[in-house]
Parts: sequence; structure tokens; C-alpha cells
Amino acid sequence: MSETVHPEHAHHPALQHHFDSLEQQAEASTLGMWVFLATEIMFFGGLFLAYAIYRMWYPVAFHEGSHHLDITLGAFNTAALICSSLTMAMAVHAAQVGSRKGQIGFLIGTIILGGVFLGVKAIEYAEKFRDHLIPGHHFQWHGEANPRNVEIFYTLYFTMTGLHALHMIVGMGIMLVILWMAYRNRFSPQYYSPVEVSGLYWHFVDIIWIFLFPLLYLIGRHG
Amino acid sequence: MSGHVVSPRLYYLIFGTLMALTALTVGVAFIDLKIMNTVVALTIAVIKATLVVLFFMHVKYSTRLTWVVAASGIVWLAIMFGITFADYLSRGWVNAAQ
Amino acid sequence: MEPVAVAAPPNYINAEEGIFSWLLTRDHKRIALLYLFSVTFFFLMGGLFALGIRLELLTPAGDLVQADTYNRMFTAHGVIMIFFFLIPSIPAVLGNFLVPIMIGAKDLAFPRINRLSWYIDLLGAAFTLFAVVTGGVDTGWTFYPPYSTVSSHSNVLTAAVGVFITGFSSILTGFNFIVTVHRMRAPGMTWFRLPLFIWSMYATSLIMVLGTPVVAITLVMAFVDRAFGFGFFDPSRGGDPVLFQHLFWFYSHPAVYIMVLPGMAVMSELIAAFARKNIFGYSFVAFSSLAIAILGFLVWGHHLFVSSQSVYAGMIFSILSFFVAIPSAVKVFNWTATLYKGSISWDAPMLYALGFIGLFTIGGLTGLFLATLAVDVHVHDTYFVVAHFHYIMVGGTTLAYLGGLHYWFPKMFGKMYPEGWARFAALVTFVGFNLTFFPQFIVGYMGMPRRYYAYVDEFQVWNVLSTAGATILGAGYLIPMVYFVWAFKYGKDAGPNPWGAKGLEWTIPSPPPTSNFEETPVITEGAYAYTEGRLEVV
Repeated sequence: MSETVHPEHAHHPALQHHFDSLEQQAEASTLGMWVFLATEIMFFGGLFLAYAIYRMWYPVAFHEGSHHLDITLGAFNTAALICSSLTMAMAVHAAQVGSRKGQIGFLIGTIILGGVFLGVKAIEYAEKFRDHLIPGHHFQWHGEANPRNVEIFYTLYFTMTGLHALHMIVGMGIMLVILWMAYRNRFSPQYYSPVEVSGLYWHFVDIIWIFLFPLLYLIGRHG
Repeated sequence: MSGHVVSPRLYYLIFGTLMALTALTVGVAFIDLKIMNTVVALTIAVIKATLVVLFFMHVKYSTRLTWVVAASGIVWLAIMFGITFADYLSRGWVNAAQ
Repeated sequence: MEPVAVAAPPNYINAEEGIFSWLLTRDHKRIALLYLFSVTFFFLMGGLFALGIRLELLTPAGDLVQADTYNRMFTAHGVIMIFFFLIPSIPAVLGNFLVPIMIGAKDLAFPRINRLSWYIDLLGAAFTLFAVVTGGVDTGWTFYPPYSTVSSHSNVLTAAVGVFITGFSSILTGFNFIVTVHRMRAPGMTWFRLPLFIWSMYATSLIMVLGTPVVAITLVMAFVDRAFGFGFFDPSRGGDPVLFQHLFWFYSHPAVYIMVLPGMAVMSELIAAFARKNIFGYSFVAFSSLAIAILGFLVWGHHLFVSSQSVYAGMIFSILSFFVAIPSAVKVFNWTATLYKGSISWDAPMLYALGFIGLFTIGGLTGLFLATLAVDVHVHDTYFVVAHFHYIMVGGTTLAYLGGLHYWFPKMFGKMYPEGWARFAALVTFVGFNLTFFPQFIVGYMGMPRRYYAYVDEFQVWNVLSTAGATILGAGYLIPMVYFVWAFKYGKDAGPNPWGAKGLEWTIPSPPPTSNFEETPVITEGAYAYTEGRLEVV
């Protein structure tokens, strides 16, 4: 039924025994990360669906709730994440061309920018807490819209940005591991797929924010 | 590994475009376009996301399989949105018909 | 002359010794056995709760347990059976063992993630079982709010966390299979030379990957509702409880295809092997797996027919639910056509497979009644529904799982199970199953509601029959557990191919060596290239 073929033996230390080549291993990693990102699209998707429905039901409440968010901090955070995506892409590039310094520098930049983002988020959350905008028993709203419906807006705000922030924290952890590996010179033009694959995750988390920002911060800014 | 090496210049160009689009979306938010505000904001977001996916995430240089996997996530999201909204949008039609 | 002791050749079982070599293994075959233990344990636990349910329902009055306790019992039965038995069983036991071998690979794409999957499954189980033993959950496995998020005084949070965690085990298994099938097929193994087992496992994996995240986020939303007083699903806070149902069933309907597609995967292998024929209409069966996976995502609203979903949406879901039956029917027709003029052997795996064809067909046809909007209004939340899904889940998936375990037992352990006892157990299971669940169609149609611990007197005769059947069914399950353990130690040695079947797994020793193949095979023919006559048994 079948003949046999001697598998090629690559002796790169990063090649795992069940793969035939580094190329096959890298392709599997990349495909794997994309499959995982598809699951993340569906995961966040449920929240976006809830957002769409409740915004359709409570336009005035969403208008008011959004207006109360700090647009400067939101826009600043958006810029920070876009910068971090640039540094991440440059870190992958540095690995592709074998620049250890480039990898370390750009990864540190990515981590710092991620930290800045989380710091700003923490400030925003603290402000909300002070203003009684955390949904639940202590929620208070003094605007014109129905407080019950504005509370739904803030439920979505906290759940969506909170879940996003959790993903950022995990991303920072991953970046620290990659940074350490880059410091130990583990990557080369022949083997850099962990950097690439971590970059995919990081960019995805940036994309989620690209949608969160206008949907949460930019409703009804006019008038 | 046979990964395509994108030039840093292209990365910086994309970065600049993303920043400009961010400024644009903030600016447009202050203009009253009624229903178009949401449409414009989402369109800009989709463009930004597409740039990140194609260039930062290298999908433009990836295999068709990668493209299919990325697209299928979005298609499935559309399915979930679409059919759920079929319910939410048609609630109350029975009463309206009477 | 004294027999010379021959050392057993190195295989994946004796390759390394010690408990840690099993708990820290990367070998997909060992991980499959780890899952076999956990899945069997959960099956027994779920079965105990089923026993409790059937005992209570022997009499019309609620006299064995209190109503509240009964609610916790059927919830535990559902949660454990669905999330810890039906969803993992075939993929994580048979799939893990066979997928790499059937495609000619040394292991799955991500062996350590495979191991992690098992530990995540155990962690989720720990949370869930903790919730069960410290008082239980009384919401039903469907956790509908606002009862689950606002009113219920039971361990909803812990159970939600447990199910959430276990979902990742499922996602990781699916993700592993997808990458493996795409990237690790041996030279010459084109898509259309793959065993149909792989096509169905691949389709299952698509559902796992695209659907499970949605139930995960739904549980997150329910969790924050309950724990922090958020208002996603609470009408008094502006939320919509029906949104929960949409999100929950967006996963949980495809989840039933996660449960049945692997059964169909096993079926194709069993029918081909025991009719000694190529599966009739190979590409139809292959594509029908994908069609079931895709169409299965479009029908979830048939669980919301009477939940104040718009009637127009209901009509759309009803029509789509009719369509989803078609690819399943295609498979049943093709398996039957395979049997025609085949060389049939009546070994135990074939008995299970034949049982599957009949029982799955009944279950599937009754699904059409439920898909009919107007009929469902009357039988929704009655035992008709309960009988329908048990015909598929037990008459289908569980029979396929047992058939698969019997078929691949010699491969996995290098021993043969006792065929006489196996055939007897298969018959006992078949009789017990039908006696348990057919009366439930009748009593459900007559109006007996589900999830009630008491009922009117005229339903009693059917319930007594059902409970009697459940006892027989239980015996049918226990008998294989006994002889499998016996056969592992004392069974007759099995060679590489005791069934004379086609398939890469039958070309390697029983049990297989750790790296499966000494050298990577090169594939030159299709999956079921049976020729005239029986292959020589090796």
C-alpha cells in the first residue's frame, strides 16, 4: 500500500521531533495562531452583538453615556496602541534580518506602550468608580436619559474594555517571554516564528481596540 | 523560513495612515452627520483594521489558507449578527400588521 | 522445552514507566488514554444522576427527593454528560489516538497543547464537580437568566466558571486537529484519500473552534450579571434574557453536531471495515460532514420558538432546520448503500454501527417534527424533546463511541476483547436503550413536561417501562467496562490487523510504537481500497 521515505533531518535545536522541517513547523504555528484568532473574533463578537442590540434599543442613553467618556484619553490610547503595533511589526522585521538589538529595542518599546495603555485605562476606571458609574448597586446617573439604560452602556463599556485589557495583560506577558528569548539570541532569520506569531496576537488586540474606540467613545460627540 | 520581509518604510507608511485615520475619525465625530456618523466611524475602523491585517499581520503575503481562516472568523461573526438581528428587527411586526 | 520469554517490543505503553511519564507525556496516544480514564469517570457520574432521575420518575408523586433536589439532579446529569462526556469522548479519546496515525504523522501539530487540553478539562471539571457536590445547580444545563443570574440560590457562578474553562479544552483540541490535518499529512495523502474519519473530525474541529468561544463569552456575561449585578440579561436593568438564549444556542446547537459528527466519523470506518467495501459515495459523505458543520450554525433559533423570538425569525430557523437534516440523511443513505452486497461480518463493532443507523435515523426524523414550528409549540419542553436528543446522543454518539472502542481496542492495547460477551452487551444495550427512550416519545407526545419530578397518573406505565429500560441499559454499559479491563490483562494477543481492515492504523504494530511509523509512509491509494475477498488476518 505504501512505500517509505526517509524524512529529512534538520538539526536546528528549535525543530520539534514530530515535524519534518522548520518550515513545516513555522507554517503550523502561523496557521495555529490564525485559527486561535478566529476564536477570539467569535469571543469578542458576542459582546459586539450585545452592543449592537442595546445601542439600537437605547440610542439616547448610549449617546449620553458615551459623551461622558474622556475622548482625549481614548484617542491617546488609540494612538499608543497603533504605535505599539508599529514597534511590534518592526520587532518581527528585526528578527527576520537577524538584528538582536532591533528585536530587543522594539520589543521593549511595544511593552512600554502597552503599559502606557493599561495605565491610562486604570486612570479612566478610577474616575468611573469615583463618579459612581460602575454598573451594579452603586450606579448613579444624573443626566436626562433613563439611568437603567445608561447602566447598560456602562456594562458594555466595562466588560468590553475590561476583557480587552485582560488580553493586553496576557499580551504583555507573552512579550516579556519573547523579549527574554530575543535577549538570549534564540531567534534568527531561519527561526523567528514565535516573534511573528506573538505579533499576530498583539495586532489582533490592537484591532479590537480600533473598533472599541469609535463605538464607545465617539457616539454623539456633536451637539 | 520563507517569510516575506516587509520593508520598514512600508510599515512607517501604514503607521502614518493609521494615525491620520484616527485623527479623521475623531474629527468627524464632532460634525453632525446624523445616521452617517456611525457609518463613517465604522468604515474608518474597518479600513484601519484591514491595513493592520494586510500589512502588519502579513496577510497580503500569506497563503490562501491564512486568508480563508481570517475571513471565516468574520463571516461567522456576520452570520451571528445577521440572523440574530432578523429576530430583533422583526419583533413587533405581528402587532404592526394587525 | 521451556518457552523462551520474549520481551515485548517497545510500544507507546511500555516505552516509559512511572506515573509522571504518563502525566507529563507528549504522546497523543497516551493523552488519548488519559482522556479515556477521565471520560469514563464522568460518564459514570452522569449516569448516577440519570439513575436518580429515573428512580424518582417511577412514581407519579414527587416522593423520592424534593423538587429542588430533583432540579439539581437533572442539571448535574445534563452538564456532566454534555460537557464532560459527549463533547470530549470520541474526539479526545479516539480522535487523539487515531488522527495522526490515519494521516501518516508522528503526532499532532502541538503535542504539548494536547496535554494542556486534558489538564484544562480536569480543571474545568474540578470547578463543576465542586459546584455539584457542594449543593449543585438548579437551573438546568441551559442556565437561562434571569433565574440563573438573579434568583437562583445555587452554585451557578462556580459551575459557569467550570464550563467556561472546559470550553478551552475543546477549542484547543479542535485547533490542534485543524492544523494537523492541514499541515501534517504524509506524502501522497491528498484530501480525497483521507479516511472519512478525518473529514468528520475536521468538521467537528471547525465547530469547536468557531462555536465554543460564543458560549464562553455568554458565560462571562452571565457571570458578571450574577456576580456584579450587571444587566446584560436582566430585564429590570434594561437587559434582554432572550439575548442570552441567542448567544447560548449559537454555540449549543452546533455543539450537538460536535457530539454527533465524531460518531459519524467512527461509523464510516466501521461500516467500511465490516462490509469490507469502499464507502459508497465517498465524496458525498466527506462534503456532508462540512455541510453539517456549516448548516449547523444557522439553525439555533429552533430552540427559541416559544421564547418570544419573532415569529418571522422562527420561520427562517424552521426552514433552515429542515435543510440541516439533508446532509445527515445523505450519510445514512450512503452507509446503507455500502452495506448492500458487502461482505458483512457481525462482530460487536458492526452491531453497534447497525444500531447507530437505525436509532440515529429515528432521532433525526423526530428532529424534523421539532423543527416544524407549529408542532414544536405543543411538544416543546416535553419528553418528546428529551427522547429525540437521547436517540441521537445515546442511540447515536454513545453507540458509535462503544463501537469505536471495540474496533480499535486491539490496536490500542494489543489484545482482543471477548467477542461473545461483546455481542451480548451490544444487544443488551440496544434493548435497554429502546425500552428507556421510546416510551418517552409517547409520554412526551401525551404532554408530560420535562424537568418535572411529578406527573399525572396516566403517564406512570410509560415511566416505569423507561426506568426498567434504564436499568438494562446500565447493565449494557457496565459489561464492556468489566471485560475491557479483563482483556487488557488476559485477552488474546492481537496482531497488527485482527479485522483484516484497510487503513494506515492497521499497518503498524498493536500497540503502536511511540513515533507511530518507523519511516514516513507514502500514500498511493484511497482510504478503503478493499478488493474481492477478505484480507488475510495478520
